[in-house]
Amino acid sequence: MNAPSRPRVVIVDDHGLFRSGVRSELGDQVEVVGEADDVQPAIAVIGEHLPDVVLLDVHLPGGGGQLVVSALKAAHPQVRFLALSASDAPEDVIAVIRAGARGYVTKTISGADLVDAVRRVAAGDAVFSPRLAGFVLDAFAALPPADQAAPSFDPELDQLTTREREVLRLIARGYTYKEIARELTISIRTVETHVSSVLHKLQLSTRHQLTRWAAERRLI
Amino acid sequence: MPGPPGDPGAGWEPADDTPPWLRQRGHWRSRPRRSGPRECLPKDTGPLRRVPEDGLLGGVAAGLAARTGWDLTIIRLALVLLGLVTFGYAFVAYVLFWLLVPVAGTDRSIAARVKEDRRGIALAVGLGSMLVAVLVIVGAIGGRWVGTLGWPLIISVVGLVLIWRNSPAGEQATMRHLVEPLLGLTGGGRRRLVARLSVAGVLLIAGVSILAAVHETISVLWPLSGAALVLGAIAVALGPWWLGIARDLVAERRARIRAEERADMAARVHDSVLQTLAMIQRRADQPQQVIQLARAQERELRAWLFDGRAPGSLDELTLAAGVRQIQQEVEAQHEVSVEAVTVGDCELDDDLAALLAAAREATVNAAKWSGADVVSVFAEVEPASVAVYVRDRGRGFDPAEVPEDRKGLAESIHARMSRRGGSATVRSAPGQGTEVSLTMPRRAGERQPSRT
Repeated sequence: MNAPSRPRVVIVDDHGLFRSGVRSELGDQVEVVGEADDVQPAIAVIGEHLPDVVLLDVHLPGGGGQLVVSALKAAHPQVRFLALSASDAPEDVIAVIRAGARGYVTKTISGADLVDAVRRVAAGDAVFSPRLAGFVLDAFAALPPADQAAPSFDPELDQLTTREREVLRLIARGYTYKEIARELTISIRTVETHVSSVLHKLQLSTRHQLTRWAAERRLI
Repeated sequence: MPGPPGDPGAGWEPADDTPPWLRQRGHWRSRPRRSGPRECLPKDTGPLRRVPEDGLLGGVAAGLAARTGWDLTIIRLALVLLGLVTFGYAFVAYVLFWLLVPVAGTDRSIAARVKEDRRGIALAVGLGSMLVAVLVIVGAIGGRWVGTLGWPLIISVVGLVLIWRNSPAGEQATMRHLVEPLLGLTGGGRRRLVARLSVAGVLLIAGVSILAAVHETISVLWPLSGAALVLGAIAVALGPWWLGIARDLVAERRARIRAEERADMAARVHDSVLQTLAMIQRRADQPQQVIQLARAQERELRAWLFDGRAPGSLDELTLAAGVRQIQQEVEAQHEVSVEAVTVGDCELDDDLAALLAAAREATVNAAKWSGADVVSVFAEVEPASVAVYVRDRGRGFDPAEVPEDRKGLAESIHARMSRRGGSATVRSAPGQGTEVSLTMPRRAGERQPSRT
């Protein structure tokens, strides 16, 4: 997975102030090729520029950010989405992730961390904020880890391994990938693999608990 | 003061013959209350003050007890006896004391406030005039015994009205508590109305039969009709005025309730919104924090307006709510953002409350000392235990040479946890930040993590 040195980015958010704020925070680390403030303009702008990464607000006036993802996913699989949200409502975040976004960060993220997250997503990795890690742990927590062999609908997809849970727990505790690697004495690459695998399960699992959880849950 | 000298109730002033109601005037007023060692002086030598906290009514007896060093119960008994001996005039004296003697710790008596309460004076005069009219009529009809008890009664009632309207809020509440059930003012209701009407009916019949029995059958009609005429005259002359006072009182009561509601609202808004706005003004150059403050305030305001949850209340007793509260408070009080993540949730018990208290301490500590912008708090509820991790990426420290202030904190967190069977570990190195891990076992029988 070769990350371009300066990823091309489209920013989708209905607040102009926020877009210009993000633009200035990203600075010259990335190339911002377009902006959009709603679902339809976003689909048009992204289709025109085909950026490496789309910074996508979870809440848009014309509907959730997942509409943008699902409209473009099939035609342009190379465009990757990073969800941004201020609301922290788990069901919205999970909906965007399940539509195909490669990660989720809160809008309070620092400029440097955002650049890092954009690079990671551009390179094909998943980006989990501590909060997303918490959501995922919660969603998968109802059943024991997969390697303790509980009967399940689809054990491959419906359960997290012990290692994956450990990684998610450390992310939720605020550890960086590097720190997680040191803590678990594994390579950073392995950490990334675990996270991508969790993302994969999150997107593909048909586990009804997950759907129900995402729909019913109102935590924050 | 009514009452013969040397009678037991007159013991308020053995050494000085200044009447007590004068003591809070002139130079007495400016004299501070002495609080010397009580064992040297059995009695308080300051001016006489009422002690409503110890009293049944106005705390006059309690004040006398404190002043003279006598037993409170003896003074109370003496007052009651005195009241009977003097045909009620001692009660008038009691009411006057109540009016004129300030509460302990203050210098302003109720009487001083009465001067400004023109409506209260009007009410007292109105009520007094009504009672005087009734008394005169009853006296004219024949009941001589009424005259002896009537006058002290009227004076006491008038005094009590003034006290009621002007006493400090605490005393007012006490009085309302005592009086409202007697008058049946609080709750309307048919049953109470029926009871009141039947009592009135019984009294009326009894009164008329007594009158009829004492006088001869026909001649009783003359004083009765005369009395009715006088009553009618008084009602015509003063009735509208009384009605006006009553209407004013009702309006005033409504206004007071509205004012109380507004004050309550203002207090809430002050505690939350105005404080936040003030902080936003002070931190206008730090947009990140302004956003944070605004968000926290929005959450709180929504919770209050739409869910009826008062700001700062703890009626949501779950672990996740507790973590959220720590997040909001620390974000508001210290210039950091707190990234709080919880997995699972459960009811709080004492052990978990202690866990939360330790977590709060660790979070505040990180916010104050680490120098980091972000503090991460992660709480996970597992079937057998609850774990909370508080991590910052700040300056960290070498656990071997901990500065005293931080050592104290680490030890107090540790003690808090181990007292309840939990454990706490602190991991830190200079330049690498700090992580406090807290684990508390869950009590048996509460091992079902509740998921919402």
